Amino acid sequence: MSELDTLIQLLARLPGLGPRSARRAALHLIKRREGLMMPLAAAMQGAAAAVRPCSQCGNLDTMDPCAICRDPERDATVICVVEDLADLWALERTAAFRGRYHVLGGTLSALDGVGPEDLNISRLITRLGPGMELILALNATVEGQTTAHYIADRAEPTGAKVSRLAQGVPIGGELDYLDEGTLTAALNARRAL
Amino acid sequence: MEWRDDGFVLAARRHGESALIVEVLTREHGRHAGLVRGGQSPRRRALLQPGNEVAVTWRARLAEHLGTVECELTRAHAARFLDDPGRLAALASAAALLAIALPEREPHGDIHHSFAALVEALDSAPRWPPRYVAWERDLLAALGFGLDLSRCAVTGATDDLAYVSPRTGRAVSREAGRPYHDKLLVLPDFLYREAAADGAAIAAGLALTGYFLHHHLLLPQGRGLPEARERLAERMRRRNEAGNIPAV
Repeated sequence: MSELDTLIQLLARLPGLGPRSARRAALHLIKRREGLMMPLAAAMQGAAAAVRPCSQCGNLDTMDPCAICRDPERDATVICVVEDLADLWALERTAAFRGRYHVLGGTLSALDGVGPEDLNISRLITRLGPGMELILALNATVEGQTTAHYIADRAEPTGAKVSRLAQGVPIGGELDYLDEGTLTAALNARRAL
Repeated sequence: MEWRDDGFVLAARRHGESALIVEVLTREHGRHAGLVRGGQSPRRRALLQPGNEVAVTWRARLAEHLGTVECELTRAHAARFLDDPGRLAALASAAALLAIALPEREPHGDIHHSFAALVEALDSAPRWPPRYVAWERDLLAALGFGLDLSRCAVTGATDDLAYVSPRTGRAVSREAGRPYHDKLLVLPDFLYREAAADGAAIAAGLALTGYFLHHHLLLPQGRGLPEARERLAERMRRRNEAGNIPAV
C-alpha cells in the first residue's frame, strides 16, 4: 500500500470524513505541501507528544495540572462536573463560569456496561470538602441524570453543596415546538419574576 | 416489509456519527431493534430515552434485516422521573432488564402490558417500590421461570409463608423452613398476599427476584444483572438502612 493510500485510510477514520472526502482532503494536503501539510504534520506530532490529561480534572493540556486548574483567578471551591471535554469547551465558550472543572469521561450506562469504576468519579470525591460547591452539568438524559444522582449520593458525606444545571425553555425556543418533557421540566423549575 | 406498533424505548446506542440503533418493546412484535437515521440529533435523542412511549414504524427489505425505525413520541415518561433518583433508577433498571432478558422479535403482549402498568405506577407515588418488585416477579413468570408462591412446598400450608427455595422457586412456610433458614431466600409478605411493604421487605423482595433473574434467566446467557438493577438494589438497601422507606 502506498503512503498516499495509508494517508487516505487514516483520514477516513476521522469523524465527519468518509473515503471520498478523505481522498479530497489528502489531495488538498498534497497540493499545499509546504503551506499546510508539513505544519499540520508537525502540529500533530507536537500535540501527540505534549498533550496529556490533567491528573486533577481530566482536562487535556500540555501541562499537568492544566491551565484551568493552575489559574489562581478561578474559584477553587466550585467544581463543575461534565461528561467529556466537548462539554467543558462549551461551558468555557460562555465565559460565565469561573470555577474549576472535572471531566468524567462518560456516563453510567447499563447497555454499554459502563460502571462507576470506569469513570473519573473517585478522583472527584477526593477533591470535595465542606464549603465547596459541586455543579453537575450532565446531559438531561436517563444516563446523564442517573450519573448525576449517583455522584450526588457519593458527594453527600463530603459536606459539599450539590447543584445541577436548570432545565427548560432554550433561548429562542418556541413553546409550540418543545417536547412535553422539556415543557414539564420548565414548569417545575419556574421562578418568580 | 413494514409494520406499525406501539412501544417503549428500552435502549439506544450510537451507530456511526449520526445514527442510533434503538431497541423498543412493542405490543405485537416484542423486543425489536432498528436503525434510526439522524438519531443522534438533539431533538431525536430527547425522544429516544429509555421508558418513553412511542409510535413505531419499522421498515426493511427483508424480515431478517435490522431495518430502519421511525419513532413518534406518544408520552415522555423519562423526563418526569429525571429529578427523582429512586424512580429514575427503577425505570432504568426495568428497561435494562428487558433489553437483555427478553428474546428478540418474540411477541410478549403481557410483558408490554406489565411494563406499561409499571411506568404508570412509577408516576403515581408512593406505592411504586412494591409494584416494581412485583413486576420483576411477573417478568420471571412471563419468561417461564415463575415462582410458586401459592402454598408451602413441604406442608401445603397457604399462610405464614416466609421463604423461597433457591433451587425450586417454591414457597416454604416459616415453620417448615426454620431449620434451613440460612439456605432459603426470604419471601416478603407483599409478594404473595395483600400486605404493607416496608424498606426491609422491599430489600428482601429485590434480593429474591434478583437471585432468580440472575441464576435462571441471565447466567445461562453468560450475563449478570445489569448495572442499573444493581444500583437500584443498592439504593433501596441504603434507603432502608437510613430508615427512609415508609411502609406502604
